[in-house]
Amino acid sequence: MPQDEFQSGDPGRRFDYAAAFTAGLLDPDRAPPDAVSGPNGKAAVKRYAVYRNNVTVSLIDALAASFPATMRITGPDFFRAMARFHVRETPPTSPLLFEYGRDFPDFIECYEYAQSMPWLADVARLERAWLDAYHAADAEPLAPGALASIPPERLADTVFVPHPATRAICSRYPVVTIFAANRSDGPVGRIQAGGPEDALVTRPGLEVFVCHLPPGGAVFLDRLVAGEPLGASAAAAFAERAEFDLSANIAGLLQAGAFTAAHQGG
Amino acid sequence: MNGLAPPSRMSKTSRFPAHPVAGLAGTSFKHEHLHAILGDDPKGGFFEVHAENYMGAGGPPHDALTKIRRDSPVSLHGVCMSIGGPRPLDKAHLGRFKALVDRYEPALVSEHLAWSTHDTTYYNDLLPLPYTPATVSRVADHIDEVQGTIGRPILLENPSTYVLFPESTMSETDFIRALVQRTGCGLLLDVNNVFVSATNHGYSALSYLADFPLDHVGEIHLAGHAEQEDDEGDLLLIDSHDGPVEDAVWTLFDIVIGRCGPLPTLIEWDSDIPSWPVLKAEAAAAQAILDRHADSLFGKAHAAG
Repeated sequence: MPQDEFQSGDPGRRFDYAAAFTAGLLDPDRAPPDAVSGPNGKAAVKRYAVYRNNVTVSLIDALAASFPATMRITGPDFFRAMARFHVRETPPTSPLLFEYGRDFPDFIECYEYAQSMPWLADVARLERAWLDAYHAADAEPLAPGALASIPPERLADTVFVPHPATRAICSRYPVVTIFAANRSDGPVGRIQAGGPEDALVTRPGLEVFVCHLPPGGAVFLDRLVAGEPLGASAAAAFAERAEFDLSANIAGLLQAGAFTAAHQGG
Repeated sequence: MNGLAPPSRMSKTSRFPAHPVAGLAGTSFKHEHLHAILGDDPKGGFFEVHAENYMGAGGPPHDALTKIRRDSPVSLHGVCMSIGGPRPLDKAHLGRFKALVDRYEPALVSEHLAWSTHDTTYYNDLLPLPYTPATVSRVADHIDEVQGTIGRPILLENPSTYVLFPESTMSETDFIRALVQRTGCGLLLDVNNVFVSATNHGYSALSYLADFPLDHVGEIHLAGHAEQEDDEGDLLLIDSHDGPVEDAVWTLFDIVIGRCGPLPTLIEWDSDIPSWPVLKAEAAAAQAILDRHADSLFGKAHAAG
């Protein structure tokens, strides 16, 4: 029975039209599969090319939609050429297109023609985090005044539950400033910043919120998100950056809605 | 055959109003139109969404769809279940699809006679399959699995295709009829796909429609297409969804509605998306044809009574 051959994964794949059809979809140098034709024996080169084009162009479009600031920096022609390489090398593995592009920032970092823009991969990382925050589960953020109810001597033991949208992105470049300048349709203007910027990304309501974290803030947030108590997280941040300002950082994170709950660690 | 009850007979507490879809024209829902749609009063049509765009955990997509579903009938259109593929369905994806059906109680649920995933790669296109008794059996199993999981029948959409498989032993309409008989599924008749495939493969769209099991159609799709050439320099139509519906497709639509009565009809417009008033006007043109045939049906019934 043909059905049995389907199920046993017949090594000849006589009935696996999908294997034959996909072999050339991402490889423009391959001939169309023998299994297809036009009507009445017409050729299928241009006909098969319609599918090949649909696949490649729609996946490039998906990356363009997910990484608009990155594309604005490079210009659309550069971006689409770069994305075409990535699509052919690393096509999606999920049918959810908003999951696609997790490997794209690392690809950009190594992309030969992008070496003159060393900040580009970090902008893409920030855009990937933005998209994750956009689709993250909804949750009510912890009220900024919530810590007032915790006795001061217990604060160091306090553990925070991160909002599902909360992420930190670290960069040696002014990534937040570059991202903000290129994410809208308005004029980019002159980018003044020059120093490294770490980013907080979260979504307390329906709007994704991105801001520049102060020195040591990314280490502090990463430790808190990992479930470490406030005292240990602050110590790690001080060790990283002596000028770490604990009260400004905790106030900023609460104001941004980065957490959903705080409780005493065990 | 599969004993599935339609959603209206299911005993459960609804989160949303029922909003019947019968006889209505609708449009694809695009997020950029949300504000304009919410400002419309009265709201006349229905909205169709691609299921996969609402498979994230939360955020603005679910907020928008909740608002749309509160005010209007919604059609949930799956794009990448790979029902037409040779491999088993992706159980995680099917679970996400069921969760959307449960959450939004759509008036219509549909998927494609096509496939888009093979092994671990998702190709993001609706890919074709050979029409043989073996593939009927495989595709019917997949439809049974989807319907069994979501607890209601789906509408299966006829594809637009650019190539044929010489190994096919059945016509597309015989293949689709066999699937309806095996699974009890309904059909989504995409009239633009009929016109595109008929042109591309050199047969008559009218004879395709004459062979199509029209009694099982629960929804119509209309869309724009683009023109290219095949290797022999002949016209090759591309199902591009990037412009208004062509006159030839409107004519076929009029004929189908004349035979079937006013079916829910969707204007699909997925790229080069126009402003909301332009898209709404295209749906109004479809609604006018539906209403004209509804009036003549009513007139006949009245005269017969």
